[in-house]
Amino acid sequence: MSSPLTWWRSFLALPNDHPGKIIGMAFTVAAIASFFVSLTAVTLQPLRDANRERASKAGMLTIIEQLGVKAPEARFVELSSGKYVKKDSGIWRQVPPSRDPARIGQLEDVATVYEVRNGEALSLVILPVRGKGYKSTLKGFLALEGDINTVAAVKFHDHDETPGFGAKIENDSWTERWQGREVADNNGTIRIEVVKGRAKGIHEVDGISGATRTGGGISKLMRFWLGPDGYGPYLDRLRRGDAS
Amino acid sequence: MNKLPLPLMEPIMANNPVTLHVLGICSALAVTTSVSTSLVMSGALIFVLTLSNVSISLIRNHIPPTIRLIIQITIIASLVIVVDQLLQAYWFSMSKRLSVFVGLIVTNCIVLGRAEAYAMKNPPLRSFQDGLGNGLGYSLILVIVGTFRELLGAGTLFGAPIFITESDGGWFTPIGLMSLPPSAFFLLGLVVWWVRNRHPEQVEPAQVPAEEGAQK
Repeated sequence: MSSPLTWWRSFLALPNDHPGKIIGMAFTVAAIASFFVSLTAVTLQPLRDANRERASKAGMLTIIEQLGVKAPEARFVELSSGKYVKKDSGIWRQVPPSRDPARIGQLEDVATVYEVRNGEALSLVILPVRGKGYKSTLKGFLALEGDINTVAAVKFHDHDETPGFGAKIENDSWTERWQGREVADNNGTIRIEVVKGRAKGIHEVDGISGATRTGGGISKLMRFWLGPDGYGPYLDRLRRGDAS
Repeated sequence: MNKLPLPLMEPIMANNPVTLHVLGICSALAVTTSVSTSLVMSGALIFVLTLSNVSISLIRNHIPPTIRLIIQITIIASLVIVVDQLLQAYWFSMSKRLSVFVGLIVTNCIVLGRAEAYAMKNPPLRSFQDGLGNGLGYSLILVIVGTFRELLGAGTLFGAPIFITESDGGWFTPIGLMSLPPSAFFLLGLVVWWVRNRHPEQVEPAQVPAEEGAQK
């Protein structure tokens, strides 16, 4: 007699202040709602992931387009040793504030870098970089030429700096000024810096007026990522031609 | 125009949720920097509002009064997640521009307000019309504010240049204030003033009589 349908009817016939009806309605609505939420979340997951992936690489894709190079090869690099590894360990560690000038907070053990090679010779390496600007975290890419010293391109694709001031870091008219700069001096010390006003030396880049702290943030993040806690060990290996 | 049912037409002009009840103005400030964001936000709100009104109206006789707000919010929040996911999947750049404000539709007082005030007491079809009407009323205000802010703040409409700005060799100096949230307040105030000028019955009585206030 008690088929599910008659059972459901008698449930609906309960008065609305009956405890069974209250709990039953709460569960029924929650179940139906979560079904629809899960359905959209699961079916749309691949599309959302693809969108995020594309957005996170936006800076690199622009660099490739502007320089007109062929598609680079993505490689996993263990930051501490600078060696290539087969896969991303997915481990992130807290960076002690004293060693965190770029204020990134957490650093991955394994980073993804992009290399362009002509035969065996490295012609371009594109490094993802990030760090604190004036009021937001800047995310971008730094492309170095085969000598691992000359800047080929810089692109910041993700930031929330002040429109009209710090936000100019995304403009080509500013990023073009990075081209041909050298990141390190003859002793290998990282010298690259965004200066206030006009750049003088080969290691200096013109600052944006009204965005001193954004520029300062970029100087710090470049030095961090090119230094021993960032891609330093990996770049040393590349300079030695030790690409194992 | 008179053939359209009342629950649909009334909230668009005479009984507008934004100008009369001053509901939903949080998003009216945040997303109206351009016409396109205003339109997409309006679409998302119409989607959530009509579907929440219809589904709440369908089960209105079986919602226990003690937990009715929980049930309403469960339904509204699920719809908001669905529309947010759809945007992230099919229109990623727009979902980035709208950032958290699609998710914040769940706290938009218009949605819960219509559920509680209308959908709980009326059949599905009329609740649908009420939801659509209120959604369109909200959209109308958003698009008006968005149009002025984009035109005066950047000289563009839908991103296409209308007034050529000085930096591009034209005559127009963009009004920086228009791209900042306070300008939405000013524009909204002007719209409310205009509507209440046409519908004087909407003017609220002063809460403190003028003379009494002056003596304090």
